Amino acid sequence: MTDTKHTLVALVEDKPGVLNRVASLFRRRSFNIESLAVGGSEHPGLSRMTIVAIGDSAQVEQVRKQLEKLINVVKVADITEGDMVTRELALIKVKATASTRSEIMQIVSIFRANIVDVAPGSVTVEVTGDEDKVNSLLGLLRDFGVKEVSRTGRIALTRGSGS
Amino acid sequence: MKKTGAQILCESLIKEGVEVIFGILGGSVLPIYDTFPQYPELRHILVRHEQGAAHAADGYARATHKAGVCIATSGPGATNLVTGIACAYMDSVPMVAITGQVARPVIGKDAFQEIDITGITIPITKHNYLVTDVTELARTVKEAFHIAQTGRPGPVLIDIPRDIQQEQTDFVYPDEVDLPGYRVISRGHPAQIKKAARLIDEADKPVIIAGRGIVISQAYDEFQEFAEKAQIPVAHTLLGLSCFPGDHILGLGMMGMHGTGCANMAVQNADLLIAIGMRFDDRATANTKEFAPNARVIHIDIDPAEIGKNIPVDVPVVGDIKSVLTALNEEVEKREHVDWLSQIEQWRCEYPSQDIRQTGELLPQYVIRQICEATQGDALMVTGVGQNQMFVARYFTFTKPDSLISAGGLGPMGFELPAAMGVKIGRPEEVVWCVAGDGGFQMTIQELATITQENIAVKIAVMNNGYLGMVRQWQELFYERRYVDTKLWNPDFVRIAEAYEIPGVRVKRREEVIPAIQKAMKHPGAFLIDFLIEPEENIYPIVPPGECLARFFEPSRTETWKKKSGVSITEF
Repeated sequence: MTDTKHTLVALVEDKPGVLNRVASLFRRRSFNIESLAVGGSEHPGLSRMTIVAIGDSAQVEQVRKQLEKLINVVKVADITEGDMVTRELALIKVKATASTRSEIMQIVSIFRANIVDVAPGSVTVEVTGDEDKVNSLLGLLRDFGVKEVSRTGRIALTRGSGS
Repeated sequence: MKKTGAQILCESLIKEGVEVIFGILGGSVLPIYDTFPQYPELRHILVRHEQGAAHAADGYARATHKAGVCIATSGPGATNLVTGIACAYMDSVPMVAITGQVARPVIGKDAFQEIDITGITIPITKHNYLVTDVTELARTVKEAFHIAQTGRPGPVLIDIPRDIQQEQTDFVYPDEVDLPGYRVISRGHPAQIKKAARLIDEADKPVIIAGRGIVISQAYDEFQEFAEKAQIPVAHTLLGLSCFPGDHILGLGMMGMHGTGCANMAVQNADLLIAIGMRFDDRATANTKEFAPNARVIHIDIDPAEIGKNIPVDVPVVGDIKSVLTALNEEVEKREHVDWLSQIEQWRCEYPSQDIRQTGELLPQYVIRQICEATQGDALMVTGVGQNQMFVARYFTFTKPDSLISAGGLGPMGFELPAAMGVKIGRPEEVVWCVAGDGGFQMTIQELATITQENIAVKIAVMNNGYLGMVRQWQELFYERRYVDTKLWNPDFVRIAEAYEIPGVRVKRREEVIPAIQKAMKHPGAFLIDFLIEPEENIYPIVPPGECLARFFEPSRTETWKKKSGVSITEF
């Protein structure tokens, strides 16, 4: 069995310590998390977590079942196999001089990204998309000198009207 | 009328049917203890170390099938519970552990005896709570008992800051719990049960692996009916012992690292394994890659996360074992398996793992067998961890349902004495034997004081070989007899017991064994026997670590086994 990226989506109770319980489970069972994003959901009192975990299908199924056992985890699904929408937001602060600024702006525009801050020696770019898009933009901007990057990690929902 | 948090806790415990609490007090639980006299129906057992409180609650829970309750103060009191909570977690024992916490205003300030016990116990509890509002205390207790006692049981910890114990509110005990993230699958899926039944009907060489889940589910009758109807031999995990009569023709005894040759051969050669309420622990399976290579696997367990965790499974059935077996008994056909059972009888003769070699030495196997005969199996056997545990598992014939209390998963030495206290308090009408090693006994020996203070009539058999015996055996077999730091200087345990006002005798010779056991049983209270057993006796068979289950080693029946002969583990 080969290791692949799996996207797990969990509805969890919005209570103190829940993130700790989830993180502790991954650490204890030696599962690798590539990213973990958490925020509000459509249900009051419940948050939605998107976890990108790396492992073979049996390992990820095991972690899914272990997550399911946590009392504060209401529901968890591995949506990797299905049709899903995934997005990530990144903020990239890149070095910019008078001579490079317009080139950067062109690249940003091609990627439908935005410049959200301009300073004398840098611009800050906001980009949304799947990881490949964010990685491509980041690759192009590296030539100008990337000073800081902050990425949210993947968030995901299944496509269609079902949940 | 308003009640304090401490009163709410006590009344909630009474609502949950709690009768006994094991614990030690300290600053952060003083308000709770101060309230105890108002509730005489709650019996508090004052132990001498918090580890003892947790193990006693564990023993009580295993003996009564109700959640055991222990209580400790904040900081060191709470951390001392950790071993006992972890033990209950590993063996799926229902427990509610209550800890005091420093007052809310100083939480997070590193106050005196403040420790983040909910953080510490996340990986070793089924769930835990830090109560931050007195109005949530009653609901928290209700949920804790529900979670601890349903589904796959386990320990739940409730951490209660001292100021909440003193704060007042109205006491309303909820009738029901609302836990959207907690679901228990109790009935097995009918289609899965049918699939399992067809596999069972088709199998020619089936073996049942019987685990603790059968004991937890109290499915003895359903299980025996299943094994007998389908005529399938039964191998036990350590904690699955006593779920099926040990003298039954279909019984193979314990499997695993120190399992009987017959059980291990049957499992390895099976074409179908029916694993019931067990989790394919490495001590049971040995090397998983070579485990039962020709067998298809049916796995029946209440915990879906156990399915496929260690061993790939062909037909999983998730549900409560009693309910699944009831349904399965309707489905399976009567079978005989004549060839398979005669093959098994051959292995039984070929590998007489239960034979005790004839010698003048005082052998631990002989001692256990004599306790078994003196009690006629009508006793609850509590063991420590190590050789003593394996000798009980192998040489006591468990004919009484649910009569072995042993720490299988965590394996904490020192479990035996406090656990035996809990067992005796939970089932006072039963004869309770505590079989200890001389090493483990000294890890919780202070509980002799609790035994005397509370008048707990347990019979203590110390298997005294002057070594940390199991480790010494490993040093002998796998480290070329380099006995590094396993030799023990021991005090005179009989005089120690006398100092605690517990009578005892020392036994050095075979002929003293039976009279000593009879004396212990005649004595109405606690009694200690210090058995000076053969120091370098080993437990056999043994599957060396990393080997497959069929590669067990045991001295042959004709050979008089002498370790001095220099046979090394590489030569078999």
